[in-house]
Amino acid sequence: MSNFNTDLTPELADIAANLLEESNKVGLDCFPTVFEMVDYKQMNEIAAYGGFPTRYPHWRWGMDYERLSKSYEYGLSLIYEMVINNNPCYAYLLRANSMVHQKTVIAHVYGHCDFFKNNFWFSKTNRKMLNQMANHATHIRDIINEVGHTEVEDFIDVCLSIDNLIDISSPFKTQPSITDVDDSESYKRAPLPKIHSKKYMDSYINPDDFMRFQQKKKDEKIAQTQNFPPEPERDVLKFLMENSPIPGWQRRVLQIIRDEAYYFAPQGQTKILNEGWATYWHSKMMTEIAPLHASEIVDYCEAYSGIVASSNGSLNPYKMGLELLRHVEKRWNRGQFGLEYIDCDDPVKRANWNTEAGLGREKIFEVRKFHNDITFLDEFLDEDFCHQSKMFLYDFDKRTNKYVISSRNFKEIKAKLLQQLTNFGQPIIKIVDANFKNRNELLLQHSHDGMDLENETTMETLKNIHKIWQRPVHIETTFEEENRRVSFDGSSHQVEKI
Amino acid sequence: MESDLNRFRKIVRGKVKGELRKFISNGDLIGRQGKKTVTIPLPRIDIPRFQFGSSQQGGTGQGEGEVGDQVGEGQPQPGEGEAGEQEGQHTLEVDVSLEELAEILGEELQLPNIENKGKKNVEDKDHKYTGILKQGPESLRHFKRTYKEALKRSISSGTYDPSNPIIIPIKEDKRYRSHKELDRPVANAVIIYMMDVSGSMGDEQKEIVRLTSFWLDTWLTTQYKGLERKYIIHDATAREVDQDTFYKTKESGGTLISSAYKLALKMIEDNYNPNEWNIYLFHFSDGDNWSGNDTAECMKLLDSSLLAEANMFAYGQVESRYGSGQFLRDLQKHFGENPTKITLAQIKDRDAIIEAIKTFLGKGK
Repeated sequence: MSNFNTDLTPELADIAANLLEESNKVGLDCFPTVFEMVDYKQMNEIAAYGGFPTRYPHWRWGMDYERLSKSYEYGLSLIYEMVINNNPCYAYLLRANSMVHQKTVIAHVYGHCDFFKNNFWFSKTNRKMLNQMANHATHIRDIINEVGHTEVEDFIDVCLSIDNLIDISSPFKTQPSITDVDDSESYKRAPLPKIHSKKYMDSYINPDDFMRFQQKKKDEKIAQTQNFPPEPERDVLKFLMENSPIPGWQRRVLQIIRDEAYYFAPQGQTKILNEGWATYWHSKMMTEIAPLHASEIVDYCEAYSGIVASSNGSLNPYKMGLELLRHVEKRWNRGQFGLEYIDCDDPVKRANWNTEAGLGREKIFEVRKFHNDITFLDEFLDEDFCHQSKMFLYDFDKRTNKYVISSRNFKEIKAKLLQQLTNFGQPIIKIVDANFKNRNELLLQHSHDGMDLENETTMETLKNIHKIWQRPVHIETTFEEENRRVSFDGSSHQVEKI
Repeated sequence: MESDLNRFRKIVRGKVKGELRKFISNGDLIGRQGKKTVTIPLPRIDIPRFQFGSSQQGGTGQGEGEVGDQVGEGQPQPGEGEAGEQEGQHTLEVDVSLEELAEILGEELQLPNIENKGKKNVEDKDHKYTGILKQGPESLRHFKRTYKEALKRSISSGTYDPSNPIIIPIKEDKRYRSHKELDRPVANAVIIYMMDVSGSMGDEQKEIVRLTSFWLDTWLTTQYKGLERKYIIHDATAREVDQDTFYKTKESGGTLISSAYKLALKMIEDNYNPNEWNIYLFHFSDGDNWSGNDTAECMKLLDSSLLAEANMFAYGQVESRYGSGQFLRDLQKHFGENPTKITLAQIKDRDAIIEAIKTFLGKGK
C-alpha cells in the first residue's frame, strides 16, 4: 500500500500505551491493536476498501474512492477513525490530525476494539479477516487470469446485487439433522397416528374430525418433504451457491462475496451500540480517567460536538448509542429497575428513585456483551429516554412536498425504530420454492411489514438472480397494498396480481 | 486502487457515451464547463438490490419542534445503519476532461481525425531522451550501459571471476540518460463563427447555435494545439464581438450576409495568413437574406477568396418560424446538390444537432 513509514511517533506510541493501560484498568479488554499513521489519500483508499488495505479488484472501490476524495477536497468530510475487526486489531490515524484528535481517536479505537472482542454478535466473525481479504483478492485475480476481467467483474456485480440476502442468524445455527422425515416412503405407508384405545371406545377417542386433522397434518408433512427447499431459506446466497447450474469459478466468487457479507453483517447489526460504546469510553477517558490538559479541552469539545451533533433533526448513531448507554448506566446506578420500579406510576417518585445500587458500570458491560442494536433499543429505550432526547417521527407530506414531524408518541417511535433496524434495515426475503410450477423456477417471498420494495431495483435484481439461477425467477411481495408476483423469465418482466 | 479507479472511469465513459445524444441536445453540460473539465451529472451507478422504496416512507429523528413542523432542509436521512447511507445521493457527478469528451464524441460519431495542412508555424518544445551522460539523477540511470561499463572495468582490471560473476558498479561506471529539447511544429487553427442576429433569429435558434459550436469547439480543440476563436455577428452590418455577446445579442433589422463574409475575409487577411493557419468558417443563419443581389455578392466572395483560404466553410441553417430558408437553397443551387467545397447542414431542432456535427466534422478537413 505505501512506502511511507506508518509507525506511530514515539510521543503517540507513549500515549497509546498509556491509554491502553487505563482502558484495561476500567475493564476494557482489547485485542492487541496496531496503529498506522496514514495521509488522507491512503485513508480514503482504505476507507473505499471498507477498512482493508487490499480487496479484490472491482470498480466500485474506485467509485467510493473518487467520492471520498471529492468530499475531502471540498472540505465536506473527514474520516476520523477506521478500525478493523481483526486479531490484532488494525486502526488508522490520519497523519494531519492534531494531537487532541489523535488521543481521542486512540481512546475511541480501544472502545471499538473491546467491543469487537467481547460482543456476542461478533463472536463468529473471522478474526484473521485481514489475511482472508488478501486471499480473496488473490483468488479473484487468479480467476480473472483464467476467465477474463470483464466476465469476472460482471459476475461480481451480479453477486453483490444479492449480498444483502443473507441470514444473520445462520452463523449461530447448528446444521439441522437430515434424518428427520427422510424415510418418506415408509412414512407415507404408515397408518395414521391414533391415540391408543380399546376398540369399542375408538370412535369416541379418535373421532372422524380428529382423524381428518391427522390426515391433513400428514399430507402437509409429505408435501413439505417434496418441497425444495424444505423450509423457506433466508440464506439466498448459500442456496444459490449450492444449487445453481453455474461453473465452478462463479461458485467460488459467490462464496467469497458471501463470506465477506457475513463478516460485515455484525457491524451493520450493532452500529448504534458499537459507536455509542466507543464514544462513551473516549469521552470518559478524555475527561475523567486520563484527562486532557486544560489547553486541549476546547479543541476536544469542538471535535466531540461534531461527533454527537444531530444535523437536520436526523438520528445520529453515535449520539443515540452514547445517550442510551448513559441512560442505562444512570438507571442501574440509582436502582431504577425491577418490578417495583416498573410498576411505579408516580412520575415524581420515579424521577427521584434512588436506591444507590451503583450497578451502572456493571450493567453497561453486560449490555456490550449480549446486545445488538435491536435488542438494545427494545430493552432499554423507554418513554423517559424518548422524551428526554426529543425523539420524533416524521413523514412525507404529499400536499407540501416536505417532511414534517408527524408524532411524538413513544410507542409509535419505538415501533418505527425497531422496524427500521430489523434485519439491519434490509427487506426480509426468503426462497420458498426452487421448483415453482414444477418447472424448476425460483420463487422468492418478501415478508412485507409495511414498507414496499422499490420497483425498479427489484426488477433489476431479479434479472441478476436469473443470471445465476438460469431459469425464471419470481418474487411475491406487496406493492401499494396489492399482493403481486413480479417475474423475470430471461427476456422480460411480468407483474401479476395474486 | 489505481486500477479500480480506471475500471470505474471506464464505466463512466461508457455511460457518457450511451447518453451522449441526450447531452448534445440539452444545454446542461455547457453550464458545467470548467477550464479543462466538464462536470457531468449521471444517474447514480449502483448495484441494484432488493431494497425499500423511496424515502417518502418517513422515519425517526431527534430535535425540537411541534407535530406538523417541517423537518430540516431537503431530505432528512434516517440515521440507522444501511438505510441512512443509501439515501440522499441520487446522482453522481463525474469530471470528464474536455479531451476525453471529444474522444467520446469522435468515437460515437465516428469522426475522422483532421488532416491539417501540415504547416510549420508556431513551434512547441518537446523533450526527448537521446544522449548518455556520466552525471545525472539516479532515477534516470541507464542500467544496461552502467552494467556494461562495470563489466568492462572489472574484466580489464582482472577482478572478474566467470564462476562467480558478480559485478558491482562504482560511481565511474554509472551512465545516465540525458534529454534534449526539440522543437516540434504545431498546427494552428482559427475558427471564425458567424451568426445572423437579425430579428428573425429567436432564443431557441441561438441556443442551437451555441450547442453546436460547443461541440465543434470541443472536437477541434483536440485536433489543434493552439485553437483561436473569433466571433462575428451580423444583421445588415457585421462586427466582431466576444463570445458572450455573440450568443446574447438580439438585434432587429435586415440581413446582409455579405457583410459578415467581408469582415471574415478582412480578419483573415489581417491576422491569419492562410499559408500558416488552418481556418474554419462556420456560419449560422435562418436563411433569410435581404436581396438576391447580396446573395450573389456572397457567392462571389466565397468563390473568389474565402473557399480557397479556409480549410472548410460550413453553413448551418437553423429553422425559424420567420425565416424563409432561402439561402441554403441558393448555396445548393450555386454549388450543386452535393457540394465538395462547402459543407451544408440544416438544423431543424435540437435533435438535429448531432447530425449537423457529423456533417461538419465528418470530412476530416
